[in-house]
Amino acid sequence: MMQLRITENVHNWLFSVMPEGVASIVEMVLIAVVYLTIFAVAGLFLVLLERRVAAWFQLRIGPNRVGPQGLLQTMADAIKLLTKELTGTERADKFLYNLAPYFVIITALMALAVIPFSAEFHAFDINIGLFFLIAISSIGVIGILLGGWSSNNKYSLIGAMRSGVQTISYELSVGLSLLTMVVITGSLQLSEIIEIQKSGWLILQGHIPAVIAFMIFMISGTAETNRAPFDMVEAESELGAGFHTEYSGMKFAYFFLAEFINMFIISAIAATVFFGGWLSPFGITESIPELGVFWFLLKTMALVFLMMWFRWTFPRLRVDQLLTLEWKYLLPINLVNIVLMALLVWLNLTIRL
Amino acid sequence: METEILYNNFKSEEYFINMGPQHPATHGVLRLVLTIDGEIIKKVEPDLGYIHRSIEKMCERDSYQQIVHLTDRMDYLSANINNEAVCLAVENALQLEIPERVKVIRTIIAELTRISSHCLWWGVMGMDVGALTTYFYGFRDREMINDIMEETCGARLTMNYNVPGGLMLDIHPNFVKRVKEFVTHFKSKLPEYDRLLTGNVIFQKRTKGVGVLSREDAISFGASGPVGRASGYSCDVRKHHPYSAYDRVTFTEALHTEGDTYARYLVRIQEMWESLSIVEQLIDNIPEGEHRVSTNAVIKLPKGEYYQKVETARGELGVYIISTGTKNPYRLKFRSPGFSNLSLLNHIAVGGKIGDLVATMATLDLVIPDIDR
Repeated sequence: MMQLRITENVHNWLFSVMPEGVASIVEMVLIAVVYLTIFAVAGLFLVLLERRVAAWFQLRIGPNRVGPQGLLQTMADAIKLLTKELTGTERADKFLYNLAPYFVIITALMALAVIPFSAEFHAFDINIGLFFLIAISSIGVIGILLGGWSSNNKYSLIGAMRSGVQTISYELSVGLSLLTMVVITGSLQLSEIIEIQKSGWLILQGHIPAVIAFMIFMISGTAETNRAPFDMVEAESELGAGFHTEYSGMKFAYFFLAEFINMFIISAIAATVFFGGWLSPFGITESIPELGVFWFLLKTMALVFLMMWFRWTFPRLRVDQLLTLEWKYLLPINLVNIVLMALLVWLNLTIRL
Repeated sequence: METEILYNNFKSEEYFINMGPQHPATHGVLRLVLTIDGEIIKKVEPDLGYIHRSIEKMCERDSYQQIVHLTDRMDYLSANINNEAVCLAVENALQLEIPERVKVIRTIIAELTRISSHCLWWGVMGMDVGALTTYFYGFRDREMINDIMEETCGARLTMNYNVPGGLMLDIHPNFVKRVKEFVTHFKSKLPEYDRLLTGNVIFQKRTKGVGVLSREDAISFGASGPVGRASGYSCDVRKHHPYSAYDRVTFTEALHTEGDTYARYLVRIQEMWESLSIVEQLIDNIPEGEHRVSTNAVIKLPKGEYYQKVETARGELGVYIISTGTKNPYRLKFRSPGFSNLSLLNHIAVGGKIGDLVATMATLDLVIPDIDR
């Protein structure tokens, strides 16, 4: 089987032309630049996609003026935000206020690093990949809490407190639903999880409990990214803009982009863990590994679309209903589901093609 | 002792928060001073005056024909019904015999206005509970009514179509055809509203049992319109004191007894169906005749007091005129539905969460210029 060797070739070339230490640093910088580009492009594309999808749901056309089919619209918006003045509240806690957006954006970037785009395009394949993702995604809430607290605005504070409550609660469901799948795979390493799925995607292998885990993951993933119907944090009809009310210009854009990247990450994890990541369905394009990225993006975008669908059709939950849903329904179901999955694996009832 | 220390350490404090005058959920320049304990509302104090234009005082300065134009700017979503109220009051005072044609056209237009107002309310209601898509669905259907109005009288929002004595112009030749088109269109689209929002589990959870108003309270606070009817208070002016052509159409008064946000929602949805049926009953047999009876260029009401009430999309609008026999009213008082409906907000919102307040306020369907004249 032909292998993609772009990264390996670059690696070998770098180490052949310069000393080892310098080569490592150059390689790291290169990877960082590549991922920053992915971050920016994916973020801007997702914002545009969201706007077009929203327009489609809402009997509108959406942005279609800047560039072909409005493709450059978000680029123009980003440039506008870059050139805007950074305003803030007078009595804000300046240090924390300025720090908060970086927390959010750095965690999103770190999570992006472990996502396997294809067999070769995988920057950081650690053996605790899934655990790392869960751990990293819970750090993002600190940025939101800091932002809301330091803005010295009551609306921001309420938004931030809601966010804290929400993220800490739904963290459990995200973790447990992924843990359910780990029972099948027996590994936390994302590349191994995909390897196992060569004999059938996990949602097929684990059938009933896997479908339940997938649904719980998508619900709690939506809550984790603070998107509607769980957008307590922003709740524009209640809190104005919530925790980022006092942010402007590029700092606001950081929060905004991070939200979309988080949506991408949640969808990417779901695509990887439940739908075989970059594997093609039934191995139809196994001989062309270059298509891995295509399949991965196709699956991820389908799930992204699902999350957008949620957002543009559902009303928002109230904050107490949000907690009821998690603690009284999702968490108990999840715990039972893990036991069910364990039984399934123990009794060897999984479906393997 | 230990519990006391614990209690003192974790005692929560109330704080104030300003909702408005610029806030997405107040839909206008209404300022609510909220006293909140965490997320729970302890007190709601509406603070008015941000859009006060002294309309009642201006009425004392203007002639009766001019007053009609001022009423557009009160409840701009039922502009046409407001016009009708003043015209009816003046016509009753003058004891004018209004042609049947005018009565029927006025009723049709008033019902179209009600549908258009409820469409907008439905869109905004969805938006307030977080379903942004509803807004555009509401506007899609409202647009057709606006187009009909534009063709009929040249204006889309503040119509000024009624004048004391009848209508400013006769209806456009296309009117009947286009209204019929709208009725068929809207009949197919109204079930879509239910599919998108009414049946949604989250929406029902957000609205059922929230902001409950009992029948007694509804009456004592002077609630009217859908707010009163959702609490089981039969207060439809069209039913109890028919004006224009309401005495010759059959329609049911939408009544619910729960008095919560969901009931208020259902009442308005049902009212849209009823309005459609009223329009359907009248549109095919608009009597021929004059569209206006001539009045004096300067209308002088006989000395006395006159009161006329109509049912706007928000409730009961009363026009109370005291005339001393001159060309201006000595005093003119509007009894606006929004004002009394706002007054009960504190009563029903206390104890709920911020989200409940927003949902409750959405079903009160406040139009701020109506409250703050």
